[in-house]
Amino acid sequence: MKKIEVIQNVLEANQSIAAQNQLLLDNHKVLTVNIMSSPGAGKTSFILQTIARLKNKLRIAVVEGDVASTIDAEKVKNEAVAVVQITTRYMSENCTLIATMISRALQSLPLEDIDLLLIENIGNLICPSEFALGEHKRIVISSIPEGDDKPAKYPMIFSDADAVVINKIDLLPYIDFDISSFQSTLVGLNPKVKIFKVSCKTGDGIENWCSWLLNEKTNHQFKQTKKR
Amino acid sequence: MHELGITESIINIALDRAREAQAGRIAKINLVVGELSGFVPDCIEFYFSSLSKGTIAEEAILNFKVPPAQFRCRNCSTVFCPQDTLYTCPKCQSHSLELAGGRELYVESMEVE
Repeated sequence: MKKIEVIQNVLEANQSIAAQNQLLLDNHKVLTVNIMSSPGAGKTSFILQTIARLKNKLRIAVVEGDVASTIDAEKVKNEAVAVVQITTRYMSENCTLIATMISRALQSLPLEDIDLLLIENIGNLICPSEFALGEHKRIVISSIPEGDDKPAKYPMIFSDADAVVINKIDLLPYIDFDISSFQSTLVGLNPKVKIFKVSCKTGDGIENWCSWLLNEKTNHQFKQTKKR
Repeated sequence: MHELGITESIINIALDRAREAQAGRIAKINLVVGELSGFVPDCIEFYFSSLSKGTIAEEAILNFKVPPAQFRCRNCSTVFCPQDTLYTCPKCQSHSLELAGGRELYVESMEVE
């Protein structure tokens, strides 16, 4: 019997495909955002609000990830430049999007004609946190009815987020949600995170999020131009 | 479930290393799968038994090490395992904490013949 030292990350295969995706997106100057949340937090509504505010400024495409159905893609298709639906029901990974799925989706998107790609991940706060897709920014949406303990219960996904969106703030008067406790746990885990309080119902706060995103888009474009 | 692809990767890594070592059989694979990694050892084991059939890893025993969730205090550097979801440094009571362990997912070593 012989012992072999290995020490090799099992997620390496996914990470290297994610890196290739990012390179392709960089070459086409497509800022890509991975939007994650639990089911029902408002990812699709948030994407629709974002497109409504930014479609005169940016050409926006969407990748919709769902376990089943094309309901979300139907909602988005008239608003975005292009939509790809990924249905994971029969795939080996059905609880999260992974880099190979995005790599395939990118082949069917007109990357030359896109400025911003919004990826709606599967509704889940655990699995998506471990699989890089090639995105430039990771966004987590948490909504008021879910409770203020989400960052404490799912520290991984909140630790890695570039921005956290607290959605459905119009429900604050009706629900016991301690927003300062939510924020203190979140900032404790992730001191650099940007926090946006929004309501996709009333449109409250969407403007702030959109100006941040536009700014990120400009920075990304500038970096890619400099690289060339 | 997302352990299928992961188990495929584990088998690929093991077979590659065994080939490099010119081994004829893999007896044991030592894996490190952190408590917070989101991957379930039982599921990996389940997929492994069917995916490894017909390979030199077919009879390998999977041995799992499961490191616990750990935080490091950004204020005083104390490393601790959280006892509840009120994340507070036991030494200085700070809430500014970074994840320091529990997300591992790697092949540590293996035994071959």
